[in-house]
Amino acid sequence: MLVAHGFGGSKADVDGDARDLAARGFAVLTWSARGFGASTGQIALDSPDHEVADARALVDWLAARPEVRLDAPGDPRVGVTGGSYGGALALLLAGYDRRVDALAPVITWNDLGQALFPNAAAETPPPGATPAAGAFAPDGVFKSGWAGVFFSAGLGPGAAPPLGPVTCGRFTPEICAAYTGAATTGRLSPETAELLRRSSPATVTDRITAPTLVVQGEQDTLFGLDQADATARQVAAAGATVKVLWYGGGHDGGAPDQAVRDAIGSWFDFHLAGTGPEPGTGFAYTVASGIRAGNGTPTSRTVTATAYPGLPGTAALLTAPLALDGDPQVVVHPAGGNPAAITSLPGLGGALGAAAGRIAAATAELPGQSARFATPPLESPLTVTGAPQVRLTFARVPGQPGPAEAVLFARVFEESPDGLRTLLGGAVAPMRVAVPADGSPAAVTVTLPGVVAPVEAGHRLVVSVATTDEGYASGTDPAVWRVGLDGGGLTVPVVPGGSVAADTVPFWPLVGIGAVLAVALLAWLGARFLRPRPGVPAVDAGRPLEIRGLAKTYKGGFTAVRDVSFAVERGTVLGLLGPNGAGKTTVLRMLMGLIRPSAGTITAFGQPVGPGAPVLARIGAFVEGPGFLPHLSGADNLRLYWAATGRPPAEAHADEALEIAGLGAAVHRRVGTYSQGMRQRLAIAQAMLGLPELLVLDEPTNGLDPPQISAMRAVLRRYAAGGRTVLVSSHLLAEVEQTCTHVVVMHRGRVVADGTVADVIAGGGAATFAVDEPQRAASVLGALAGVLSVQVDPDVAGTVHAELNGTPRADAVRALVDAGLDVTAAGPRRRLEDAFLQLVGEDRTP
Amino acid sequence: MTEDARPAIAARTTAYRPERTLPLRVELVRQLRRRRTLVTFGLMALLPLVIWTAFELAASGPPVGSLNLVDLARTSGPNFAVFALFVSASFLLVVVVALFFGDTVAAEASWSSLRYLLAAPIPRARLLRQKALVAGGLAATALLLLPVVALVVGTLAYGAGDLVSPTGESLAFWPACGRVLLGAVYVAVQLSWVAGLAALLSVSTDAPLGAVGGAVMASIVSQILDQITALEDLRNYLPTHYSDAWAGLLATEIDWGDMTRGVFSALAYALVFFGAAVWLFGRKDVTS
Repeated sequence: MLVAHGFGGSKADVDGDARDLAARGFAVLTWSARGFGASTGQIALDSPDHEVADARALVDWLAARPEVRLDAPGDPRVGVTGGSYGGALALLLAGYDRRVDALAPVITWNDLGQALFPNAAAETPPPGATPAAGAFAPDGVFKSGWAGVFFSAGLGPGAAPPLGPVTCGRFTPEICAAYTGAATTGRLSPETAELLRRSSPATVTDRITAPTLVVQGEQDTLFGLDQADATARQVAAAGATVKVLWYGGGHDGGAPDQAVRDAIGSWFDFHLAGTGPEPGTGFAYTVASGIRAGNGTPTSRTVTATAYPGLPGTAALLTAPLALDGDPQVVVHPAGGNPAAITSLPGLGGALGAAAGRIAAATAELPGQSARFATPPLESPLTVTGAPQVRLTFARVPGQPGPAEAVLFARVFEESPDGLRTLLGGAVAPMRVAVPADGSPAAVTVTLPGVVAPVEAGHRLVVSVATTDEGYASGTDPAVWRVGLDGGGLTVPVVPGGSVAADTVPFWPLVGIGAVLAVALLAWLGARFLRPRPGVPAVDAGRPLEIRGLAKTYKGGFTAVRDVSFAVERGTVLGLLGPNGAGKTTVLRMLMGLIRPSAGTITAFGQPVGPGAPVLARIGAFVEGPGFLPHLSGADNLRLYWAATGRPPAEAHADEALEIAGLGAAVHRRVGTYSQGMRQRLAIAQAMLGLPELLVLDEPTNGLDPPQISAMRAVLRRYAAGGRTVLVSSHLLAEVEQTCTHVVVMHRGRVVADGTVADVIAGGGAATFAVDEPQRAASVLGALAGVLSVQVDPDVAGTVHAELNGTPRADAVRALVDAGLDVTAAGPRRRLEDAFLQLVGEDRTP
Repeated sequence: MTEDARPAIAARTTAYRPERTLPLRVELVRQLRRRRTLVTFGLMALLPLVIWTAFELAASGPPVGSLNLVDLARTSGPNFAVFALFVSASFLLVVVVALFFGDTVAAEASWSSLRYLLAAPIPRARLLRQKALVAGGLAATALLLLPVVALVVGTLAYGAGDLVSPTGESLAFWPACGRVLLGAVYVAVQLSWVAGLAALLSVSTDAPLGAVGGAVMASIVSQILDQITALEDLRNYLPTHYSDAWAGLLATEIDWGDMTRGVFSALAYALVFFGAAVWLFGRKDVTS
C-alpha cells in the first residue's frame, strides 16, 4: 500500500492511516512529497514529471521488496490512497502507472483549474446526469481565499532553503508565477490553465482501470462534490469499478471518521488482498442535521443507495422540481468588491463544524448585494442530494455601470417558518456571465453547490444571488445587475436510499433473545411440572402438631433451638413457656414455614410442615407482632389478606374475627393510625380468619388491657372446646396457668418440662407443707409408708417438700396433725414456678 | 362462635389451592392504594406539563445560532414527546422501575406482613411471580403514561407537526406517534435488567430503600463506566450501553441493530437477576 499525505503535511501525518492498514495485513509505504517534511526539492503540484514520477519509482522499489506480492516481475500488487494532495496523486499515479491495482482517493480534485477557477454558469445544462455534476464552465472566478491558504502552506521554511524569491517559497518557478498572476489579476491565464490541467486527474481518468473508491466530503468549499462526481463519471466511463462515498466532513469539516476509514480498508481488503466481503459499487452519503446535541446523540446518519445514479449501467438520476418565486431584482457590486459577504472561512471551517452553515447565514447577506428567489414551503420533507440547478437571467440596468462580464455568486438557503436560515453546504457557486451590452438578458443554467441537506416540511429553499464573496476575487469594478428567473424553477437531485442498518437486524443478538426467552420458558415449565406438588392434605390424618428432634442454627452460627420434641393433641390449649430468648419464636417461625430447620421434622395433621406447605392453610398464626399494610384500613387488610389465601370469602368468618378484635368503628381507619394494642387485636383476628384448626399465638396478651386479657382467655378456651387446637407462647407463667391445658417449658433452646398444666404444676406427687417445726415434720413425713423423699426448704422458713408417690395428701396432713404439728398450708409443690423463676433469674444474672 | 364454627371445619380445608393464592387483582389493589404508586403516576403525568411550563418561562430570543434539542422539542407534539422521553429515560424512568420492583418484597418485609403472606401459605416462587407481574404492569403503565401525556401536551402546545429527528429526518405525525410509543416500549423492555436487579435486592434486604437505591446506583455506575471510552468494546457489556438505542426508531427506516442488541442484553441480565431472586427467595430464612 502507498499512503500519500495532504498538502502542507508530511509522511508523519498519515502514520495512523498507515498503521490501520498495516493492522489489516498490508505492507505500507509512506513518504513525504517533494518540498514537504524532510524531503528537499520544489513543490510541483502533483506534476506528472515530478511527484507522479517519484511515486512510480516507489512502485519500482516495492517490486523489489521481499514482503510485497508480485503480479508479474516488476509489477507489485499495490494499492494507493491519500487525502487531498495525496488523493490527486493516487488518481494520477493510477492513470500513469497501470501497475496500480486499487485506489481510494479522498477529498481531492478532478480538475484543478475548475477547483481554483470555478464557473457554475453555462448556457446549457452540464453534461452527465449524475447527482453533483458541475457546470465546469471555462474562465471561472478565482477562489482567492483557498488559493492563498494553499499557497502559503508552501512558503514556510522547509528542509531545503528556497532557491528563488522568498515569495515563491518551495514552489517551482512556474507554479509561483501562475499563482502570482492569478492573485494579481483574478483571471486564469492560458499558461496557468495548462499548468493546472497537467496536475489534474481529469487528464488521465480515462486510463484508470483499477477499482476506485471515490471519497469526498460534504463540507468542502475547496474541492466540492462536483470534483468527485466528475472523477467517478470519468473512471466509470473507462470501465473501472467505482464506488462513491460522501462523508460529513471535508476541508471545511473534518478528516474521515472511523467508518469511512473502515470502508477504505475493506475496499483494499477485497480488491487488493482478495479477502473480506465484496464492497460493491454502491453509493453512500451522510445526512447531517446540524442540530446541536449532547455527546452521544447522533446528529447524522448514513444513507446507502445501490448505485451512484447516472453512471453507466445504473438507474437515471431522480430530481424533484420545485417552483421558485421572485420578481427580477437589482443587485449592486460595490467598487473594490468590499464589503464582501462571508460564507466560509478557508482553513478554519473545520473548527466550526456544522455551525458554519448557520453562522454563514448571518454574514452572507449584505444589503443591496443579493437577489432572493424562494420556493413555497415544502409539503413533505426532502433531502437534497447533489447539486440543484436553476435557470437565471442577468441584464444590465440602463444608465448604471457594469463591465462586460458579471461576476455573481449563487447560494441556497434553507429557511424555517420563523426565519432561521442555513446556508446549504456552507458553499457558493461563483459564475462569470457575459452580459449583452444592448440590455437584453443573458440566460444561463446555474449549477448550485453540491450538498447533502435534509429540508423539513414547512421550510422553504431560497436561492440567493450575491455580488460579492470574501472567498473569491469578485473584481473591483462597480456594477449593477438585474437578476431574474428564467422559468423552470429549481431542480433538486434526490437519491433515495436506505439507512445502513435497514437490513441488518443482527443475527446473533436475535438468537440470544430467543435463547433467553427459551431458558425462561423452560425454567418455568420445569418448575411447574417437575417439582413435586404436595396434594391437598386429608382431614384428620394425625395430631394437630408433632415436633421431633427440631434444631435450628442460624447463618451466623447461633443455635437457637436444639433437639425440641413435643406433640399437641386435638382440643387442647398448649402453652409454650419460656423466658425471652428461649427459642420459642424460632420454633414458631419454623412452624409457619418461614425458616428451615437445621434438623428434625414438624408435622401438622400428619402432613410435613415447611415453606409453602399446603397444610399451613389449616394453621392460623400470629407470630412476632402484627404485620399490616399501613395505608389500608383494618377491614381492608383482613379482606385482602383472606383474598390472598385464594379461599372463598364465605369461609373467612370475618365478622366473628372482627368481633374478637373489638375495634368498633376504627376498623375503617388506616392501620397506620392504630395503637399497638389495636394492631395486636387485629392481628389475632387475622390469625383466626377462616377458623383454622390449629391457632398459633405468640405472646397474644402483650399490649392488652386486663379486661381484654381475660376476654381473650375465654375466647381461646372456647375455641379449643370446639375441637380445635390452640398453641400459645408466653413468657408469663400466670398466663399459661390460667389459659392452657398443657404446657411445654423451654429454656436455652431446649424443652425442660412437658405435660398437662396440672401435672407439671403438681410435679407428679410432690407436695409442700407449711408447718411450725419443719425438721420434725420432715421426719414424720419420712416415716410414712410410700413417701420417697423429704426435704426442708432452705430458703422459705417453715416449708417442707415431700414426694408423696401416691400417698394421698390428706393422709399426710392427718399424720402431721396427729404428731402435734401445726399445719398452716398444704398443697401441690409449685415446681414449675420455682423452675421458671430460677430460669428467669439465671437469665438475668449474666 | 363455637356453635357455628364446627360445621365449617370439613368444608374449608379442601378449599385451599396454591395456584389460587394472591390473585393479581388482589395484589394490584394492595399496591394501587399506596401513596408511592399514586405519586409516581402523578409525576409521570405532570412531568410533560412541567417541561412545557419551563419552555414557556424560558425567554425565547431571536432565531440566531444553531438549533439545539430544546428548540427541536418545541417544533411539534412528537418532538416534544421524544424530548420528554429522552430527558427522563436515563434516570427518572430507572428510578420508577427500581421503585416498583425494589419494593415488592422488601416493603412487605418492612411491614412484617411478608410472614403472614408466606404462612397463608402463598408459595414463595408464586408470591414473587405475582408481585413481579403487578410491579411490571404498574411500571409499564407509568412508562407509557409519560409519552402519552407528553404527546397530548406537546400536540396541544406545539401542534400536530412532523417529527424531526436529531439526524434531520422527518416523519409524519401519526407514524411519529407510533414510533414514540414504540420507543417507550423499548425503554420498558430495556429497563427489565433494572427490574431484575431491584427484585433480587428486594428479596435480599428488608429495607425497600436499599433495594431501590441499589438498583438505581448500579444503573448510574454503569452509565459512568459507559462514558469511559478507554474501555472500548467492554462497554458493550454494560447493561445501560444500549439504553438510548430507541433513537434508531426516529428515522424513516428503523435501525433495529442496537435495539436488538439492547433487548438481548437487557433480557439476559433480567433472566440472571430474576433467576437469582427466585433461587434466593426460595431458600431464604424469613426472619423479618
